[in-house]
Amino acid sequence: MRGLSMRLFLVSLRVFMVITKFCSERIAKYAFEYAYLNNRKKVTAVHKANIMKLADGLFLESCREVAKKYPGITYNEIIVDNCCMQLVAKPEQFDVMVTPNLYGNLVANTAAGIAGGTGVMPGGNVGADHAVFEQGASAGNVGKDKIVRENKANPVALLLSSAMMLRHLQFPSFADRLETAVKRVISEGNCRTKDLGGQSTTQQVVDAVIANLE
Amino acid sequence: MAAFLARRLLGTSTSSSATLISASRAFFSSTTPIKATLFPGDGIGPEIAESVKQVFTAADVAIEWDEHYVSTEVDPRTNSFLTWESLQSVLDNKVGLKGPMATPIGKGHRSLNLTLRKELNLYANVRPCYSLPGYKTRYDDVDLITIRENTEGEYSGLEHQVVKGVVESIKIITRKASMRVAEYAFLYAKTHGRTKVSAIHKANIMQKTDGLFLQCCDEVAEKYPEIEYEKVVIDNCCMMLVKNPALFDVLVMPNLYGDIISDLCAGLVGGLGLTPSCNIGEDGIALAEAVHGSAPDIAGKNLANPTALLLSGVMMLRHLKLNKQAEQIHSAIINTIAEGKYRTADLGGTSTTTEFTKAICDHL
Repeated sequence: MRGLSMRLFLVSLRVFMVITKFCSERIAKYAFEYAYLNNRKKVTAVHKANIMKLADGLFLESCREVAKKYPGITYNEIIVDNCCMQLVAKPEQFDVMVTPNLYGNLVANTAAGIAGGTGVMPGGNVGADHAVFEQGASAGNVGKDKIVRENKANPVALLLSSAMMLRHLQFPSFADRLETAVKRVISEGNCRTKDLGGQSTTQQVVDAVIANLE
Repeated sequence: MAAFLARRLLGTSTSSSATLISASRAFFSSTTPIKATLFPGDGIGPEIAESVKQVFTAADVAIEWDEHYVSTEVDPRTNSFLTWESLQSVLDNKVGLKGPMATPIGKGHRSLNLTLRKELNLYANVRPCYSLPGYKTRYDDVDLITIRENTEGEYSGLEHQVVKGVVESIKIITRKASMRVAEYAFLYAKTHGRTKVSAIHKANIMQKTDGLFLQCCDEVAEKYPEIEYEKVVIDNCCMMLVKNPALFDVLVMPNLYGDIISDLCAGLVGGLGLTPSCNIGEDGIALAEAVHGSAPDIAGKNLANPTALLLSGVMMLRHLKLNKQAEQIHSAIINTIAEGKYRTADLGGTSTTTEFTKAICDHL
């Protein structure tokens, strides 16, 4: 979200959302291409077009146009408040979700919470020329000196993000090896940091992942 | 669970928004019924409204229903399908209960909900969300209230196309509206024995708009030193809610976040079919409503779940300070669902609306 912010006398006004066809099309194309390349079955557009008729209306229009070019992928739309409710009740109904900026922030954090927290969810930021990979959701696992001092930070999110980076660089076998090792350590259960209910330190988890690499 | 039941029994002690009602009632004997507007609504609305009437009658609640229906023609005085008489009824009675209303598609008239909100100046949407004993979801210990500012913010309706392919949407935050909802939130917390109020925001990004909202919450918080106050960023809030909803008590939020969070919380306890809601207006007006849709696919088939409308009716009774009967009806609903013998289809059972309603009446 960018734009002008002004304070009029006791009223704050902000151009809060700028939606452009260019950006909406771009993200929709990325979403469908990602779904196609990663064998995902469904793309869901998250919006509030019943209220933000023009802004989210434009976003949806762009998604619908791109959807037509991918007939093998199911496309549907969901209003953001219903989306959050469905996420907490039945998250398995979702596959790939494409959203504008603000809703994406909320949906990503909600999904991360359901999946286990910021400590485990990977993420990436993709641009036309560059890509930067980092934790998928940042709430609560960032800027906490205490966690760092006590060596309790969970490295899983960043490890899985680096696997995403390896995939992006077209090293799928390395990515697979790293992901398999991490998942095995988590599912075995005896080496977990505090946020996953365990007692291990960051280093212990990393050592366990290395030990599990084939 | 015990703590949550204890809170339920505490009830209201004083509430300035209801003193107008109490004062007017003092003139009449205790058997004079209170007039309340009832909008049964569309689809399953009339069936569930019938359930409410039956349960209230069985519990000897002295309420006289002033029923109004949505018209089939636009009333030029209100520019909507709600007539001027309907709106005047709520303004006169000061209290009402509303079922689901489907706004007809088309242009040239306002949405029904928008009409109600603007004409009655309904500034706060209050939704208690608590785990229902006997209806299991992933979360057992939810007991929170969401209070959403309902008049401005991101839903001010100000959008425009700058050039083809570029659209802007404007968010408005005013001191007046923010103070009003913050005052209500803290007063609600105090009168309902709640211990903490959390203001939800994204002021790190929207520094001026959400910043103003927070400033107002800060000011009101200072007047209530006995109530714990915290500020939580919206994304952090979403995360905390799905990981540990017991961390929250009362949440106060601007419009958009409130919309999303209140539905998210409804999802935690079982969905909109079980969620009560009450809209607070100026001058002590309260319009309780069921927030689920009109479900046209099951309308008229005696399958609908009246729980949301019944629990909203309970909120209305508490607003009217009829706490004893509110508690009676509330316990009857909870016990019926907990027992599990009579449940409607959406709760995984096979009972009809009428069977479920009768079971509640029997539990009174």
